[in-house]
Amino acid sequence: MSDAAAFEPRIVAFFCNWCTYTAADLTGVSRMAYEPNVRVIRVMCSGRIDPEFILAALREGADGVLIGGCHPGDCHYIEGNYKMLRRYRLLLKYLRAMGVDERRVRLEWIAASEGDKVQRVVNELTWTIRELGPLALPVMPQPEGAGASEESALAEANA
Amino acid sequence: MSKPKAGFNWFASCGGCEEAVVDLHEAILDVVAAVDIVFWPCAMDFKKDDVRAMRDGEMDVCFINGAIRTSEEEEIAHLLRRKTKIVIAFGSCSHMGGIPGLGNLFTRDEILEHDFTQSFSVVNPEKTYPQEVTKVPEGEVELPRFLDYVRSLNQVIDVDYYLPGCPPPVALLRNAVQAVLSGELPPRGTVLAPDKALCQECPRLDSKPDDLAITEFKRPQEIIIDEEKCLLAQGLLCLGPATRSGCGAPCVNGNMPCTGCLGPTSRVKDYGLSTMTVFASLFESKDEKEIDELVDKIVDPVGSFNRYSLPSTFLHRKANV
Repeated sequence: MSDAAAFEPRIVAFFCNWCTYTAADLTGVSRMAYEPNVRVIRVMCSGRIDPEFILAALREGADGVLIGGCHPGDCHYIEGNYKMLRRYRLLLKYLRAMGVDERRVRLEWIAASEGDKVQRVVNELTWTIRELGPLALPVMPQPEGAGASEESALAEANA
Repeated sequence: MSKPKAGFNWFASCGGCEEAVVDLHEAILDVVAAVDIVFWPCAMDFKKDDVRAMRDGEMDVCFINGAIRTSEEEEIAHLLRRKTKIVIAFGSCSHMGGIPGLGNLFTRDEILEHDFTQSFSVVNPEKTYPQEVTKVPEGEVELPRFLDYVRSLNQVIDVDYYLPGCPPPVALLRNAVQAVLSGELPPRGTVLAPDKALCQECPRLDSKPDDLAITEFKRPQEIIIDEEKCLLAQGLLCLGPATRSGCGAPCVNGNMPCTGCLGPTSRVKDYGLSTMTVFASLFESKDEKEIDELVDKIVDPVGSFNRYSLPSTFLHRKANV
């Protein structure tokens, strides 16, 4: 088995409480199997998702991020999903400029009744990222930390 | 009791931060009277060996401006850290990477190739590049290494406080010096500026619509800018809603939008992403195509939202793909 075949993507999914999370429950209850690569985080609304969350997930080791919200017009909070859509379109442009493949971050509208769509979207994203390979973000070396002498000097200064 | 010892240093930056020190005007005399300046290569004759000769922690405070781009800067940063009790990252470059931080959109090779072979003012048919070591009759001479990427100061050494701004507002510098002299310092790691958004101190706040909805973006050169009205309401990309206050809004007073040099407030981890959230949420359209047309008007999202902060973002630099 080659290295590429051994790679299993880690995907963080942000699902809105009212539609997509409920749909994911339905997927499970309906015994529809899907790729086990997603870690689902439930949020109250896709409008709660800040691009900071998405990039933090990628920085902390996720290879992809899936965002699930209510269909346009169906948002429990009237228009949270539109806010997510606008951020997502802008984020994609930012990701392109920063050399990150935009296929790693996917936004989907999945209604509570669409358990089969959760299955399909999770599978598709997992297979796509499996092909793209691990997300190897450039690492910046961090400071090694203050040595003993600085620690004591600081304690003195702050005393 | 002897006077506290202070130092200033200049890494990868334009030198505007040094100007900010001089902009203290007469107040600089109070500073000079209150402290012994033991290191300030820009203004006085000090060498690296003078710092080496100091005891560890001998310097009470050092204001360090500029990002870290070369091996020499990295080495001196570590040296200054060892010799200083309180290190203050001074200015946007030191705080978040600053304008030099935008170099992280390119690889080291791309930058060297452009600057030494393609730049308009360069004629270099033999493709001569600077060498780190060059043999001359007298022996070998060395240049510092141009590192692969730009880092903010806290990505190289531990930083005690941050004095933000491009350059840091004089009032904030005066307060910081006062705090150091009185010993009344906030918790370590604090950014020495008010922790609220610029909009809150903006002279045009009253003209900011409550239900601001962005339908188009305009660049400053495309319109005659109204001198009274909220710049956001005029379609300009003014970063005031997401940027820390404390500058007194000189750009807005000069009829130009805020570009975000003071960075984020304390609760934000990635300034650019947080700023994008603010703006994208304000788009009026609910239609994907219209949203994309609006996004297209933001020609350079990285340069617009991370003008002073690219190295300190989650991504740090462009992925090499």
